Amino acid sequence: MSALLAFLRNTWRGLTAMRTALTLLFLLALGAMPGALLPQRSLNAQKVDEYIADNGWWGRLLDELQFYDVYASFWFSAIYVLLFVSLVGCLLPRTWEYFKQMRVKPVLTPRNLARMPHHATADTTASPQDVVEHAERRLKGWRTITREEQDGARTISAERGFLRETGNLVFHFSLLGLLIAFALGKMFGYEGQVIVQANGGQFCNSGVYNYDTFRPGLRVDGTQLNQFCVKVDDFEAKFLHNGQAESFHADIQYQSGADLETGTWRPYPLEVNSPLRTAGDRLYLLGHGYTPLFTVTFPNGQTRTGATQWRPVNQVTLASEGATKFDPPDVPDAEQRRKSQLAITGLLAPTAVFQGQLLDSAFPAANDPAVAIDVYRGDLGTDSGRGQSIFSIDQKMVQDGKLAKVARQNLKQGEELKLDDGTVIRFDGVRDWVSLQVSHDPTQIWVLVFSVLVILGLGVSLSIKRRRVWVRATPQSDGRTVVEVGGLARTDQAGYGEEFTALSRDLLAHKEES
Amino acid sequence: MPVNATLATYSDWTYGAAVAIYFFAAVLYLCEAAFARPEKAKERELVAAGGTQADGTWTPGRVTKPERSRAERLGRMGLALNVLGAVLHFASLVLRGFATERAPWGNMYEYGSLLTLAGVVTWLVLARKFPVRRLGGFVLVPIVILMFLGGTVLYADAAPVTPPLQSYWLVVHVSVISISSGVLLVPGVASVLYLLKSSGRARFRKLPDADVLDRLAYRSTVFAFPLFTIGIICGAIWAESAWGRFWGWDPKETVAFVSWVVYAGYLHARATAGWRGRPAAWINSFAFALTVFNLFFINLVTTGLHSYAGVS
Repeated sequence: MSALLAFLRNTWRGLTAMRTALTLLFLLALGAMPGALLPQRSLNAQKVDEYIADNGWWGRLLDELQFYDVYASFWFSAIYVLLFVSLVGCLLPRTWEYFKQMRVKPVLTPRNLARMPHHATADTTASPQDVVEHAERRLKGWRTITREEQDGARTISAERGFLRETGNLVFHFSLLGLLIAFALGKMFGYEGQVIVQANGGQFCNSGVYNYDTFRPGLRVDGTQLNQFCVKVDDFEAKFLHNGQAESFHADIQYQSGADLETGTWRPYPLEVNSPLRTAGDRLYLLGHGYTPLFTVTFPNGQTRTGATQWRPVNQVTLASEGATKFDPPDVPDAEQRRKSQLAITGLLAPTAVFQGQLLDSAFPAANDPAVAIDVYRGDLGTDSGRGQSIFSIDQKMVQDGKLAKVARQNLKQGEELKLDDGTVIRFDGVRDWVSLQVSHDPTQIWVLVFSVLVILGLGVSLSIKRRRVWVRATPQSDGRTVVEVGGLARTDQAGYGEEFTALSRDLLAHKEES
Repeated sequence: MPVNATLATYSDWTYGAAVAIYFFAAVLYLCEAAFARPEKAKERELVAAGGTQADGTWTPGRVTKPERSRAERLGRMGLALNVLGAVLHFASLVLRGFATERAPWGNMYEYGSLLTLAGVVTWLVLARKFPVRRLGGFVLVPIVILMFLGGTVLYADAAPVTPPLQSYWLVVHVSVISISSGVLLVPGVASVLYLLKSSGRARFRKLPDADVLDRLAYRSTVFAFPLFTIGIICGAIWAESAWGRFWGWDPKETVAFVSWVVYAGYLHARATAGWRGRPAAWINSFAFALTVFNLFFINLVTTGLHSYAGVS
């Protein structure tokens, strides 16, 4: 039993020693680095897959060791948990000591002040009593105590700079608070992205299924999202001549709270640096792109229009790729219908340039849109049970011969092409879509509060010096008084010299006064 | 948003002139360092002038004027040129700001310019406080290199910035981060010199006292570290409104966090028995290396949300 206690005590002591804390601090720095150098799943899952594929066993080993999820890995968590245990172990006794120190009187004046790092002396005709009273006035704001010594000398012990330790404790406790608030935010927060057409398209934060991607916190199951709806009426992007974006602006309307009952919509200009904050959530404008509009006239005279967003593959020119898919109309037989689906895939250029037959985009704005499309007919595999991207067709269906390419052509706005069975496809132009992100983090305000306290604590603890000064006035046999001043900066010597010089000058200047 | 081409050109000229003048100042400083005799006693006396003397008596400010040596004259000329360079450097930033009608730190060239200006100003302030003028060359050489790279490899024409950067946080966050990184250049250099001096090799004996270098490094770090903290937190506040989260382990954020932790380690190490002196100086040098790594590698090599270098 006592051996166990000793073990626990030694572990605790080891863990809370400054040496250990420093080592853990550097381990934390070291452990965070791979997150900047290796691709991370939380930022770009696709890059991680590519990296693993490119690096063989080494890539897989890193994956096993959670190097692609550094900040959620067991070893990173271990480092910061140990560090914070060590921090608590360091802070508790210091806090105790701090409150004790508040009531302690400044220490006795050392016998030999000449041995202090800062020291000055002078003699005067004033009595020790006068010297001490003069010094007390000068030491206003210091915590002082006047004592009398056996040989009739009078001394003052003065101390200043307790705020340094206050700042120090505030800083470290705020760091703890910040970590806890951060962790709670990760548990109870969520983040979801969705693409909405910018011609009155709507999105409601009512369920996870409304999102294209959704990242819930550990304690979020998606059943209790904050209710609000948005409607994107219009989107406008402005570009400079060189294609650099100048401004993005989406006119949206939203409703939340009581507005949901009454059906009231409130307008909001959504821009990159000004998210909509409503119902405890934030709504961001993250990106934009184009939806090509196709009208398909089937041989039986029926028409269908397709408006599926395509995704930019070049972020500068906004050349985009995607797939717009159609079911044939008026085919009652499910089997027959499934086998004569249509898909339009290819490249969309908002401002077309042709190099021969090759289409590319010259500019991100939709000045002269054109598409270079491949048309496929057959079974798209939408009910094959496999998941399917909305941006592409299932290549396996093509390989299996179930889906065949029936045309390839460039179309400018308003142009059309005719398939062998008489189906006509017309390219009607483009429409904007916007990518929105909804974020929920109930504790981020606390993170901010603690961050501000971190700055305040840090500023105070680094700018204030804990320092002591002693004055001793010793009466001499000839009636004069020798005044000695000694100074000691308790935490850091740097910078105390100037203050001490000024202070000792004032304290010793007594003789001129009297 | 139009760009005033005339002002932009003047800005480029003053930048170039500042680099050239810094270069000559660095040469003069280095000459001073090379010709000066390693005299510790003289330095001591200069510090104490007008203060308390060794025997503890205080004498009112009576400064004797020693005959200036040739080395000292060279050093003073270097200092004068250094100040002139800083004025031109400042003018180049201001002109760039007027030319683009925005805060002049929107791409890597401008960022580097502000950073080095902060480094130079820190150096000038410290050179007044500490007897370290002859170290000017060691500070100015990295600054000239950074500014040369900035003006050639990283140079970007004066232009407006992209929508995510159109925020008043650009003014706050980027300037604070850039200034604090610039200030941190000085303790970085001081700590490297400390390591050289304390290695005890004869060829480094002309460097100032290890103790002076240590205090120089500590005091400038203590000034810059809270500033750096403020810069990171301002960045987090901005990220919350621009990117949808206040912290997302973007590569730049990660390396900023790592350097923050290492600087925190330095401050702790300097107060911990067994870590003072050389270990602390190693940590501080390493922390500055990380800052430089964050500036170049993360902006130019990795891709992240902070890729605003404007370098194609």
